[in-house]
Amino acid sequence: MIFRLVLENVRHRPVRTMLSVLLIAVPVTLILALIGLSNGFLEDSRKRSAGVGADILFKAPGGSLMTFSTGALPQKIVDVLMTEPHVVQATGTLVQPIGGFDSINGIDIEAFGKMSGGFVYAEGHGFQTPDDVLVDTWYAQQRKVHAGGKINLLNRDWNVAGIVEPGKLAHLFAPLSSMQDILGSTGKVSQVFLKLDDPKNADKVAAALKVKYADYGIWSISEMQALISVDSIPLLKNFINVILGIGVIIGFAVVSLSMYMAVLQRTREIGILKSMGATKSFIMSMIMAEAFCLGFGGTVAGILFSYASRTAMHAIAPASLPQAIVYAWWPIAGAVAMGAALLGAVYPGMMAVRQDPIEALAHE
Amino acid sequence: MSKAGTNQRGEMPDPIIKVRDLWKVYQSGRVSVQALRGVNLDVPLGEFLSIVGPSGSGKSTLFHIVGGMTPPTSGEVWVGGRNLSDVGDGGRTELRRTTVGFVFQKFNLLPNLTARDNIRTALHISGQPTSVFSKDFLDILDLLGIAGRLDHKPSEMSGGEQQRVAIARALATRPAILLADEPTGNLDSANSLAVLKLMRDLNERLGQTILMITHNDEAAQYGHRIVHMRDGVIVESSLTSGH
Repeated sequence: MIFRLVLENVRHRPVRTMLSVLLIAVPVTLILALIGLSNGFLEDSRKRSAGVGADILFKAPGGSLMTFSTGALPQKIVDVLMTEPHVVQATGTLVQPIGGFDSINGIDIEAFGKMSGGFVYAEGHGFQTPDDVLVDTWYAQQRKVHAGGKINLLNRDWNVAGIVEPGKLAHLFAPLSSMQDILGSTGKVSQVFLKLDDPKNADKVAAALKVKYADYGIWSISEMQALISVDSIPLLKNFINVILGIGVIIGFAVVSLSMYMAVLQRTREIGILKSMGATKSFIMSMIMAEAFCLGFGGTVAGILFSYASRTAMHAIAPASLPQAIVYAWWPIAGAVAMGAALLGAVYPGMMAVRQDPIEALAHE
Repeated sequence: MSKAGTNQRGEMPDPIIKVRDLWKVYQSGRVSVQALRGVNLDVPLGEFLSIVGPSGSGKSTLFHIVGGMTPPTSGEVWVGGRNLSDVGDGGRTELRRTTVGFVFQKFNLLPNLTARDNIRTALHISGQPTSVFSKDFLDILDLLGIAGRLDHKPSEMSGGEQQRVAIARALATRPAILLADEPTGNLDSANSLAVLKLMRDLNERLGQTILMITHNDEAAQYGHRIVHMRDGVIVESSLTSGH
């Protein structure tokens, strides 16, 4: 019967209900979109790393997995690493961030193609001049460019020589030598990818390299895949926690205000229920059940909005903002919304419980 | 119950409502308002009692204390064998849930619910089954003439219908006492007459104890007895013409 009462109350004031649900959905959407972006970005990074076809990643001393120091390694180390046992291919790339989560990668297209199996061209062809770049289909969609078009990057106009299928290292590629010239990093690379005679040797070779090149950043690709996580991006976890906190505060404030208004509007109804002998726990249960409904509605709406957000991001910036749907976070976002909603209903509920039945019945 | 106030052997049973030296003082800032000043009253089981008096006479305060809506300041109030002077908020809630049923001037139906759900809410609160109405209660619905209006919301009903639903809701839990506060105050004369007749029928057929507050002398005549109040005391108690 409480459910019936709550349902009718919720239905009776559709605008207030809808506004409450929408506002509770905001933090849920924020949380799910942020987590979706983090996970989408990391998953995209994992796929692109795997797409290189390498078994080991080699970085300069002190290099971390998710940050880049442009031109931190001498290019000649590529040849040195080629002489290491089990190494059959090595290629260096020069990475330069260009804003947001995007970067342009200078590659030796022949060596990179040999290691990765080569690009699949949706349009155009490979590098033919030092001013050529390749972009993947997602970046092309995001920037609305086609093969033969122009694109300005690093204060320079580049020719879009080809559009390639995504999934290999990056979204943007330029000739390694051109990048070295532009960045003043002649003879330097950011990282070196190594391919082994057998992927099963990756951990063994990586361990041997770590001994030989003690301070360098060395990871087998499987190790690297495991390390690409929220924890490996500086401050991301803190940022997520802040968003969760904001979610709780918004949910609490919205439900508190909404239920406060509801209790005021229903003063007379509460008086009627009390005249029938409704106990304090009955009245409180009714208020909490309504808050639960609003919280649940907000959670469902927030989940739906996260799909809308993903669609919007994919349409606007598929390369820069890959948003995943992370099902594991649905209950967490839901718990934040429901917890905040129930917390927000406590004070209005106490108000309702404390109402004097005679005064409540006299309320117009 | 052949006649109000006596059992079948003609003896006077214990009153279902017994009030002794009842005082109620409201504190309004620094001013004390004595709403009731030593009221004494007995209401036997099965009596239909009308309480009349001008505004401020204390009749509503007496009604609220007997109904367990507010505690007395001093004195004794026994309702259905329970001394309300000794119980707290929980005890008064229990009294409202099990022993009394209210009918108000403004009907006070839950506006979002149908008549059926209003009744079911009262049953739910009193801990009784809500899915099916008992045969006795279906008879009451027939008597009230609202059996065909149960799936309508208050906004879809006339004032008379709403008040009859309110009476049905008050009786659904089979309370020992029906407390009616100006039940015809918001009704036209035809509906007023119908509601008063219904209350008299309920009293005569079911032996329902009724305590009714009214301003209307004509309405008061439907009871067995009329108690007149003024300035917080009972000034007169008289049987009506038919009794």
